[in-house]
Amino acid sequence: MWPLELIAAGAMIVSLTFYALLGGADYGGGVWDLFARGPRALKQRALIEEAIGPVWEANHVWLILVVVILFTGFPVAFAAIATALHIPLTLLLIGIVLRGSAFTFRTYDVKRDERERGWGRIFSIASIITPVLLGITLGGIASGSIRFENGIVPNGFVRPWLAPFPLAVGFFALALFAFLAAVYLTLETRDTLLQEDFRRRAIVAGVVVAALALAVFLLSGSGAPKVRAGLSASAWAVPLHLATAISAIAAFAALWKRAYGLARVCAAAQVTLILWGWALAQFPYIVEPDITIQSAAAPPATLRLLLGALALGALLLFPSFYYLFRVFKGGLASLKDEG
Amino acid sequence: MNDLLAARSQMAMSLAFHIVFAAIGIAMPLLMVIAEWLYLRTREDVYLELARRWAKGTAILFAVGAVSGTVLSFELGLLWPQFMGYAGAIIGMPFSLEGFAFFTEAIFLGIYLYGWKRVAPRAHLAAGAIVALSGALSGIFVVIANAWMNSPVGFQILDGKPVNIDPVAAMLNPMALSQTLHMTLAAYAATGFAVAGIHAYQLRRDRSNLFHRRALAIALTVGGAAALFQPLSGDLSARAVARQQPAKLAALEAQFKTEAGAPLRIGGIPDVERAETRYAIEIPRGLSLLAFHDPNAKVTGLDAFPRDEWPHVPIVHAAFQLMVASGTLMMAVALWGAYGFWRRRALPDGKWFLRALVLAAPAGMIAIEAGWTVTEVGRQPWIIYGIMRTAEAVTPMPGLLVPFLTFTVLYLFLSAVVVWLLFRQVAASPRGVPLASGKEAAQEEEEPEHVAA
Ligand code: HDD
Ligand code: HEM
Ligand code: HEM
Repeated sequence: MWPLELIAAGAMIVSLTFYALLGGADYGGGVWDLFARGPRALKQRALIEEAIGPVWEANHVWLILVVVILFTGFPVAFAAIATALHIPLTLLLIGIVLRGSAFTFRTYDVKRDERERGWGRIFSIASIITPVLLGITLGGIASGSIRFENGIVPNGFVRPWLAPFPLAVGFFALALFAFLAAVYLTLETRDTLLQEDFRRRAIVAGVVVAALALAVFLLSGSGAPKVRAGLSASAWAVPLHLATAISAIAAFAALWKRAYGLARVCAAAQVTLILWGWALAQFPYIVEPDITIQSAAAPPATLRLLLGALALGALLLFPSFYYLFRVFKGGLASLKDEG
Repeated sequence: MNDLLAARSQMAMSLAFHIVFAAIGIAMPLLMVIAEWLYLRTREDVYLELARRWAKGTAILFAVGAVSGTVLSFELGLLWPQFMGYAGAIIGMPFSLEGFAFFTEAIFLGIYLYGWKRVAPRAHLAAGAIVALSGALSGIFVVIANAWMNSPVGFQILDGKPVNIDPVAAMLNPMALSQTLHMTLAAYAATGFAVAGIHAYQLRRDRSNLFHRRALAIALTVGGAAALFQPLSGDLSARAVARQQPAKLAALEAQFKTEAGAPLRIGGIPDVERAETRYAIEIPRGLSLLAFHDPNAKVTGLDAFPRDEWPHVPIVHAAFQLMVASGTLMMAVALWGAYGFWRRRALPDGKWFLRALVLAAPAGMIAIEAGWTVTEVGRQPWIIYGIMRTAEAVTPMPGLLVPFLTFTVLYLFLSAVVVWLLFRQVAASPRGVPLASGKEAAQEEEEPEHVAA
C-alpha cells in the first residue's frame, strides 16, 4: 500500500495536469483570439468562442481542486507558497477575474459593436498574461528559493519569482497552452480552411515550445538546481526525455499529415509528460528545500477522508465530464446542422 | 491603514462581493428550473421565455461568482497563511467537498446554458435541477467551514499545535446546522425578493404583461416562503450564538452587563467607553426569553470578557438591527402577499403591494451583508473563536493596502458592468414575444428555439 500523502500528492498533480490540458487550452484560445488574422479572422474568433463557451467554467474548477487538495492535504506548504509568492499569485488572480468576466460579458453583451470588441481585447490579453503568471508561480516553486519560517520570509517577496528561470517557465507555459489550443481547434470545425489556419498556428507554436523548453532546461542549471539534477541525473531521466521528445515529434508529424486526432493525443501526452517530469524531478519536495510531501502532510485521518472524497467525487465527476464533452464536442455533424 | 486592517478589509470586501453572486447562484437556478418545468407542463411559451431570460442572467452572474470565488480560495492563504497552516487539515474537508459541488454545478450549467438545442427537454430540465442542487450544496459546505471558525471542535491542542484531528467532528460543529439553514434560506429569500421587485417594478406600468406576472408569481412564492421561515431560523442562530459565542451575543445585543432577565434592545447607541447603551427601546426580559427561552435566564454581558476580547460593539449591534429590520419587512410583505392570494386566489397585484415589493427588493441582500458583518466582525479579535487571533494569522507581506485597493477598484468596475448588462438583457419587457397559450404555443413545441432566437 502506498503512503496516503503520496497518493494525495499524486492526485494534486493529476488535477494540475487536467487543468493544464483543459483549462490551459482555454487560455490558449484567448491567445489565438488576439492573433486572429487574415480573411477568416472573424470565423476564427467565433470558433474559439464556441469551443470555450460551454466548458471553460468546468475546466477552471481543476485549479480550485489543486488549491483545495494543497491546503487540506499539505497545509504548511500552502501557507509557505501563498506567503512567498503573494505578488505573482495576486496578479494571477486579477488575470483570472478579467479573463472569465470579460469572456462572459462579451458573450452576453447584445449588440455586436465596439464595446464587444473591447471585451474581446480584455479577454485575450488576460488569456496571455494569466498563463505566464501561472508558469512564474510554478517556476518559483521549483526554484528552491521559497522559504517561510516562523512567520518570516528570508528570501523576500520578489527574488524567488522575478528571476530568469521562473520567467522562462512563464513563457513556456504560455507557449504550451497556445500549442494545445491550436491543436484542439483543428478538431472543432469541418471548415478545412479554418483547420489549415489552426494547423499552421499549431506548428509555429510547437516550434516556440521546443525553443523555450531548451531555454528553461538551460536556465534551470542555476535557477532550479534540484530540478535540474533530477532531470539530468536520475535513472528515469533518459526514458522521460525520450518519451517527451517522441510525443513532441509525433505531434509535429501528425500535424504535418493532417491527422488531427492523433496530433491531439500526442500534444496532450507531451504536456502531461512535462508536468510529471517536473513533479518527479523535485520529489520528495513540495517546496524545496524545506518542505517535503511527508513533512507537510496533514494527519492520516484527514488524508484518508480527503482521498475517500476524491475517489467518490471522481466517480461522479468523470461521467459528468464525459457527458459534457459528448454533448458539445462529440457530434460535429449536429453542430453543422445548426449553422 | 496598517497591514492587518488592510488584510481584513480586503477579505471583507471580497466576501461581501462574492456573497451576492453566491446567493444568486444558489437560488436563481431554482427559479429557472421552476419556469422550465411549468413550460413543459403547460406549454405556455411565456414560461420558456422566462426560463431563457433567467438563464442568461444566471450565466453572467455565475461567471463573476466563479472568478470571485477563486480569488477567495487563494486569499485564504494570501492573507491568512498562519490560519490555513493551522486549520487546513481540520476544515479543508468541507472546502474539498465544495470543490466537487462546483464541478457538478459548472458542468451542468454549461449543459443547461448551451444545450437548449442539443439535449432532450427532460435531460435539459434535469441538468438545471442538478445545478440548483449543487449550488445549494456548495453554499452549505463553505458555510460549515465558517461555522467551525465560530465554534471550533474536532481536535485537541498540544504545544500550540492541533492534534487528534477529526475532520468529521469538525464539520458537525455546533454552529453548522443553524448557520447553513439560515444562509440557505437567506439565499432563496434575498434572490426571490430581488427578482420579484424587478418584475413588480415593470408591472406597475404594464399591469397585464403576462411575462412579468408569471415571473413575479414564481419569484414571490420562492422568496416569500423562505422569508416566512427566516426569523424562525434566525432564532435558532441566536440561541446557538448565545451558547457558543457569548461575547458575540453580548455585542450584537449591546449587552454590557451580565444580568438575569436581560431586556431586548431595539435600536440604541452603544457607548463603549461608559459601557452602556442609550436611546434603545427596551423590551423587558426579551433577550433572556429569546436567547434561552426563559425570561429569567442569565445573559453574559461584555463585562465578563477582558476589554481586548470585545468585538467592535457599535458595528455589530447596528448590523444586527439592520438584518432584523430587513427580515421583519420581508416577512410582513410575504404575509401580505399570502393574504392577498388567499383572498382572491390570484396573484396579488394591487398598486400598494407592488410598491411594497419594489421597496423590499434590496432588503434580502442588505440582510445578508449585515448578517455576515454580525458573524465576522462579531467574532473579532478571533479568527478561530477562542483559539487563534486574527492578528496572529495575517501574512507578513507588507504593503497590503495595494492589493486591497486594486481588488476594490476591480470589483466596483465589475459590479457596474454586471448591473448595466442585466439591465439591458433581462429586465426589459419582451415585446414581440407571443404570450398566448393554446394553439400557437402547441405548434412552437416542436421548435422551442424560435421563441427566443
Ligand atoms: C435574507 C437574509 C436574512 C434575514 C431576513 C435574517 N438573517 Fe440572520 N443572517 C443572515 C441573513 C438573514 C446571514 C447573512 O445569512 C447570516 C450570516 C451568517 C449566517 O449563518 O447567516 C446571518 C446571521 C445571523 C446571526 C449570527 C449567526 C452567527 O454569528 O453565527 C443571528 C443571531 C441571526 N442571523 C439572527 C437573525 C434573526 C433573529 C432574524 C430575524 C428576522 C434574521 N437573522 C433575519
Ligand atoms: C462562509 C465562508 C466564510 C469564511 C470561511 C470566512 C472567513 C473569513 C476569514 C478567514 C476572515 C479573516 C479573519 C477575521 O477577520 O476573522 C474573515 C473576515 C471577514 N469576513 Fe468572512 N468568511 C466567510 C463568509 C463571509 C461572508 C459571506 C461575508 C460577507 C459580507 C464575510 C464578511 C467578513 C468580514 C466583514 C470580515 C472582516 C471582519 C473583521 O476583520 O472585522 N464573511 N472571514
Ligand atoms: C471563504 C469563503 C469562500 C470561498 C473560499 C469560496 C470559494 C468559491 C469558489 C472557488 C467558487 C468558484 C467555483 C466555480 O468555479 O464554479 C465559488 C463559487 C460559489 N460560491 Fe463561494 N466561496 C466562499 C464563500 C461562499 C459563501 C459564504 C457562499 C454561500 C453561502 C458561497 C457559495 C458559492 C456558490 C453558490 C458558488 C457558485 C458560483 C455562483 O453561483 O456564483 N461561497 N466559491
